[in-house]
Amino acid sequence: MWDRIKEKLGILADSAKYDVSCASSGSKRKNENKGLGNASNGICHAYTEDGRCVSLLKILLTNHCIYDCAYCVSRRSNDVKRAAFTVQEVVDLTINFYRRNYIEGLFLSSGIFKNADYTMERLVLVAKKLRTEHNFNGYIHLKLVPGASKELVEQAGQFADRLSVNIEIPTEEGLRLLAPDKKREDMLHPMRVLKNAIDESADRGPRPSSLALPAAASPAKSRLFAPAGQSTQMVIGATAEPDLTILKIADAFYKKMKLRRVYYSGYVPISTDNRLPAIGTPVPLIRENRLYQADWLIRWYGFSVDELLSANQPSLDMEIDPKLAWALQNLHVFPLDINTADLLLLKRIPGIGLQSAERIVQARRYSPLHWDQLKKMGVAINRARYFIICKGLPQQPKDYAAEQIRQFILSAGHSKYHPNFSPQLALFQ
Amino acid sequence: MNTVIYDGTFEGWLSTVFEVYERRLDDVRIIENDAPSLFGNSITITSDEAKAHRVWKGLCARISINAAKQLYRSFLSEEKGREDHLLAYARYALSAKLSIEYDYAHPSVRYVIDTDKKVRREKHRMEAFVRFALTADQIYYATVSPDFNVLPLIRRHFEQRYADQRWLIYDTHRKYGIYYDLHQTLPVTIEPANPACPADPACPADPSLPDSPNPIFTPDETQYQDLWRHYFQKVNIGARKNLKLHLRHMPTRYWKYLPEKRPSL
Repeated sequence: MWDRIKEKLGILADSAKYDVSCASSGSKRKNENKGLGNASNGICHAYTEDGRCVSLLKILLTNHCIYDCAYCVSRRSNDVKRAAFTVQEVVDLTINFYRRNYIEGLFLSSGIFKNADYTMERLVLVAKKLRTEHNFNGYIHLKLVPGASKELVEQAGQFADRLSVNIEIPTEEGLRLLAPDKKREDMLHPMRVLKNAIDESADRGPRPSSLALPAAASPAKSRLFAPAGQSTQMVIGATAEPDLTILKIADAFYKKMKLRRVYYSGYVPISTDNRLPAIGTPVPLIRENRLYQADWLIRWYGFSVDELLSANQPSLDMEIDPKLAWALQNLHVFPLDINTADLLLLKRIPGIGLQSAERIVQARRYSPLHWDQLKKMGVAINRARYFIICKGLPQQPKDYAAEQIRQFILSAGHSKYHPNFSPQLALFQ
Repeated sequence: MNTVIYDGTFEGWLSTVFEVYERRLDDVRIIENDAPSLFGNSITITSDEAKAHRVWKGLCARISINAAKQLYRSFLSEEKGREDHLLAYARYALSAKLSIEYDYAHPSVRYVIDTDKKVRREKHRMEAFVRFALTADQIYYATVSPDFNVLPLIRRHFEQRYADQRWLIYDTHRKYGIYYDLHQTLPVTIEPANPACPADPACPADPSLPDSPNPIFTPDETQYQDLWRHYFQKVNIGARKNLKLHLRHMPTRYWKYLPEKRPSL
C-alpha cells in the first residue's frame, strides 16, 4: 500500500510543482475548537534545491486531463504516467504531514476529468472532509476549475482559505494559440463569482453578532469565506507578451478582481511543441524577478504601471531593478533630504525599502539622522547615496548623469544571478 | 567599575536593574554567576519577584508592550554582554519622558532591535523546522538545538496549533523541553539520553535519527518520513536549480532535524 501511495505522491507532486504559489499567510482561521491547526502564520517548512518555499502539500488530485494545453505537463497528448488519489488518501496525507509539522496545509489542484463540475466537486469534497470530519483548521488552497459552476465556487469558499484560477497565458490570443479548448471567459467567470461572494461576506462582517443569530448558530469561524482571498498565475515567456502588457493585466486583476496576489511563473520548457520555446531554453528567471519587483512597487510603494513602463519602453530593464530604473529616469526628483522628505518620497529612493523608510521617519523625530546611522539602520547606501542629502555624506551628490550613476552602481555590486545562471558557466558544468 | 553577579534568569536581570537604581550604582558590569569573577568588589544579586515586577512595570510604562517584548527576546539571545547593553537600554528608557523605542539611531535601541531580530528569526526557524515523530505511546516528539533559548517563545505557537495531540519539543543543547499534555504545557528535564522513553533501558541514545526501523516510534512513522522525503524531492524543479538560495534558507546546521535532508534508507 505504501509503495502505491508513494508512487502516486511522486507523480501528482511532480505535475503540481509548476504552480508557483506557496503562500500560506493572509488567512485568519483560528483553532477555536481544540481541533487541529490554525492558518494565520505563513511558514515555509522547507526549501527545495531551486530555493523555493515548501509551505503546503501541493498536489493534484489527478493528472488525467481532457484538455490539451500545449504549455501544461499534464496535457492529454503528453506521454506521462497518470495517477489519481482518492479523496480519503489526500485527507490522510494532509493530516499526517500536518501533525508532524511538515506543512501549513494543503494546496489541491487537479487535471480536468469528465468535466469541470465533476472535478470541482471532488476538490470541494476533500476540503469539506478535512474541515468537518477532522476539525482541521490548517490552510487550504483550492484551485478553481475553469468553467466550474457558481454553486461549487461558493461551496469551495466556505471551506478553503484561498482559491485561485490560473489565467496561465496572459492574453486571449496566446490562449487561442496554445490552449484552443479553453476560453478566457471560463477562467474569468469563477473569478468574478468569487469576488462577488467575498465582497458579500465582507459586507456581512467577519463575525455575526450574537443577537442576530439563534442560539444554535454555528461558531463564527464557519462563517469565514475564503479569508485569504484569491490569486492567479501567469506563465512568462511561453508567449510573446511584453512586460507592459503583463503588468497592465496584473494591475487590472488587483483593482477589478481584488486579487491578493498575481504570480509570475517563468516558463520551464517541457514540450517539443513548436509553438513553444524549445526544451533547453533557459527559464527566464531574471525577468520573473523583475516582474515581481515591479509588482511590489505597484502594490506597496505607490507606483503606477505607467510610471514604470510605456509603449516606447514596454520591457523592464534586466540589469537594474525597476525602482532604480525609475529613479534614473526621474533624476529631477532627487536628491531628497532624508530628514525632511515625506514617507511616500522616501519609499521611492533606491536602496531604501518600506521598513527603512518607516524607521527613518520615526527615528528623525528624536534627532537629525547622520550618514553613519543610515548605514546601520539597514539602508543600502551604495544605491541610496546618489539620491539623498544628509549630514555626514562622504561626498555631496554631484550632478551625475543617469548613465554614470547606473555604471557606478553596476560596477559596485554584481547581480546575484550572475554566478548561478550565466550561460558561460553552464558550458563547464 | 562595579561587578554585579546575577543568576542568569530574566527575573534576575530585572532584579539587578532594580538594585542598580536602588544603590545608585554607576559604571556597572553584569555577569552571570557561573562566569569566573576577576574582580574582588563584586555584588551578588538574588532574584526577587517583587523587585523584578516593579522594574518590568516601570519599563512598560515608558515603552510599548511591543518594545518590552523585544527587550525580553533580546535577553533570550544569551549573547555575551547583553545584560550590560540591556541595562543601558533600560536606563535610556527610564530616563526619557517619551518612549525611546523608535530612536533607531541610538546604539542601545539598535542593539535591542538587531538582537531581537536574530532571536525572532531563530524562533521562526524552530516553528518551521521542528519535525515531530510519533512515538509508540502517542506523543509527537521532536528534538532541537536552537542558537538561542527560544522554547519559551515557540510554546504558544505549538499549543495553539496542535491543541489535540500530545507533543514534546526537547532542546538537546539546553537540556530541557516543553511538553503539552492536551491541557497545559510544562517544562520538562529528563535525565536519560532519550526523553521519549525514559523508563526503557533498550531505548536508543539518539532519537533524533529515527531513520532505521525503531521500536519506540509507531510503525507508520518511517513510512510518513519516507513519503515526505519523496515529496520534497519531487517538488524540486531541476531547471531552476539554485543551491545558494536553498542553503541561505535552510542552513546545514538545521539539517539534522529534517527527514527530507537525510538520506533515505
